Amino acid sequence: MNQSIGGVAITPELLLFGAVAGAATLCAIGVVAFNNAIRSALCLVVNFFLLAFLYFTLNAEMLGITQVVVYTGAIMVLFLFVIMLLNLGGLSLLVERRDPKKYLGILLGCGMFVLLGSQLLPQLVSVNAKTLDPEMAKFGGPEAIGRTLFTTYVYPFEAVSILLLIGIVGSIMLAKRRI
Amino acid sequence: MADFVQHLHPVLQALIRAVLLVVPSLLLLIVIIWWERRLLGWMQDRIGPNRVGNITFSRTSRLVPKFLHGKKFRLFGLMQPMADFGKLLFKEDITPSAIDRFIYFTAPAVALFPAFAIGGTIPWGPYQYLTPVGDVNIGVLYILAVSSLGVYGIVLAGYSANNKFSLMGGLRSSAQLISYELAMGMSLACIVLATGSLKPTSIVAAEHGPLWGFNFAPFTWIENWNVLTPTGLVAGLVFLICMVAETNRAPFDLPEAENELVAGYHTEYSSMKFAVFFMGEYASMFAYGLILSTLFLGGWHLVPIRFAYLAKADSGFGDIWNVLDTLNGSSVLAPVWFVAKGLGVITLYIWIRGTLPRLRYDQLMSLGWKSLLPLAVFNLIVVAIWIMATKLSSPLMGWVAVAASGVILYALYRTVNKLNSKNRVDLTSRTVFMVDEPPQGREVELVEPAPSVS
Repeated sequence: MNQSIGGVAITPELLLFGAVAGAATLCAIGVVAFNNAIRSALCLVVNFFLLAFLYFTLNAEMLGITQVVVYTGAIMVLFLFVIMLLNLGGLSLLVERRDPKKYLGILLGCGMFVLLGSQLLPQLVSVNAKTLDPEMAKFGGPEAIGRTLFTTYVYPFEAVSILLLIGIVGSIMLAKRRI
Repeated sequence: MADFVQHLHPVLQALIRAVLLVVPSLLLLIVIIWWERRLLGWMQDRIGPNRVGNITFSRTSRLVPKFLHGKKFRLFGLMQPMADFGKLLFKEDITPSAIDRFIYFTAPAVALFPAFAIGGTIPWGPYQYLTPVGDVNIGVLYILAVSSLGVYGIVLAGYSANNKFSLMGGLRSSAQLISYELAMGMSLACIVLATGSLKPTSIVAAEHGPLWGFNFAPFTWIENWNVLTPTGLVAGLVFLICMVAETNRAPFDLPEAENELVAGYHTEYSSMKFAVFFMGEYASMFAYGLILSTLFLGGWHLVPIRFAYLAKADSGFGDIWNVLDTLNGSSVLAPVWFVAKGLGVITLYIWIRGTLPRLRYDQLMSLGWKSLLPLAVFNLIVVAIWIMATKLSSPLMGWVAVAASGVILYALYRTVNKLNSKNRVDLTSRTVFMVDEPPQGREVELVEPAPSVS
């Protein structure tokens, strides 16, 4: 395959990336487009899952798997749990039929997309990562991340974990006065 | 063996590896279901399922040919899975009307996916090009990630069926899986810390090395299976319990507790859609069995003895040791031993199911959060201390450090527990007498009738 678009060679990897990216975008649109809260949450789940695949195609396996463990596996399950517990079904009665704000919002969103795209895309196309440096291949691996977190950034890391712990204890104190 | 695979196109290689993982586990499902019916039949004294289909011909009837008179044909209960499968296949497929159709039909598929995907990083033999499907640097994390996806099938099935029992099953399942995921991750972290790698292939390679803490003269022939080290044993037990909880098997089968929730999340599913849930459960049981064998039970070796090392050290009997090494798993026998270990874990599953009653919901939560999670975290701390002590001085110091830190952590745990138990309501000792005992040592008092008022 020697075809290329704008200097970027079309490889199977690129096609795979495009397919996954397109599906992820559709799911992202679905999150805001569905009226049913469950459908929106499920779209978000699939979107997170596909984002993990995008990271895999970019050789960032650690980031992708963290995405699945943290977002898809833990946070979204809790989201679904709450939505099901409150039994938020379709809210068709509350949908306003003719709302000029909706069309204005779509128009402005498209405008912003065009603005950002016109600035970003030419820059991205000119990036041409032909060969992967062996040093770069290790980038983002578990070893590199662990070494960085526990040597250079050990104090910020510990500070953040203490902050999270305080958050957990605080939320328990707020929710349950008597333990 | 099979080195020709490495010359194929990478996509084709990946396909071969995936097929070699999925197809055997699909075929083994029938064996597992048969084995469960038969073993449970023995354990529960139900003599039906373990001998269905035995034929004993009459000794006298003229309708039976002479040579068959009195002959007995045993089928070992093999008819039972066939009958089960036939029933599931030809049963009427009822779809309730007030359901969320899209989610209702996708939920079984979502439930099946993680069961087959979870084995993706598990090597089943010493064949570099055939297994695992992806030898990635994050293999153990991959197992955790895929196992956390397992909850979606159940939750979606419970929600979409529009039935309150199903919904309760789904909610219970999501709470249970999130709780046990943490302890599971912590127990796996111990193994990762001890091995220094997240790759299952290098964990297995480390397990075939010399035993941790025993790397001196008379003990060098023992393999470093993770269950043989004290910390690995604790981690293995925690992993085993979490594994049973993750697969929703008894005694953790609250999502489908029959006496409370009809059938839980799959109440509204019938025929093949129910069978898909069933298949997913058994496939994930088997996959977890393989994961336990890989991470704790030494991968594909049959016994924890380093025959290859003995062959080098003891040249007199070199040939014998080499033959034993071949039999122990560095040959075609590797997948056989590996599958046998997986089936052994399945047997353990069935044994647990036949032995233990179902947990109450609060017992389930307190086991997960108050027992398993602290135990796994303590274990992680002990492993870290052991590694540091061994590196700084000697293996002996490592043992001293492990013993000392174990004692200190246990004392700490008891102290905290004592402080915590002051205002706890005791629920454990409630005694109910079903029969009124006759009063002992007390005479029946005769009450004088009250004087009548005149």
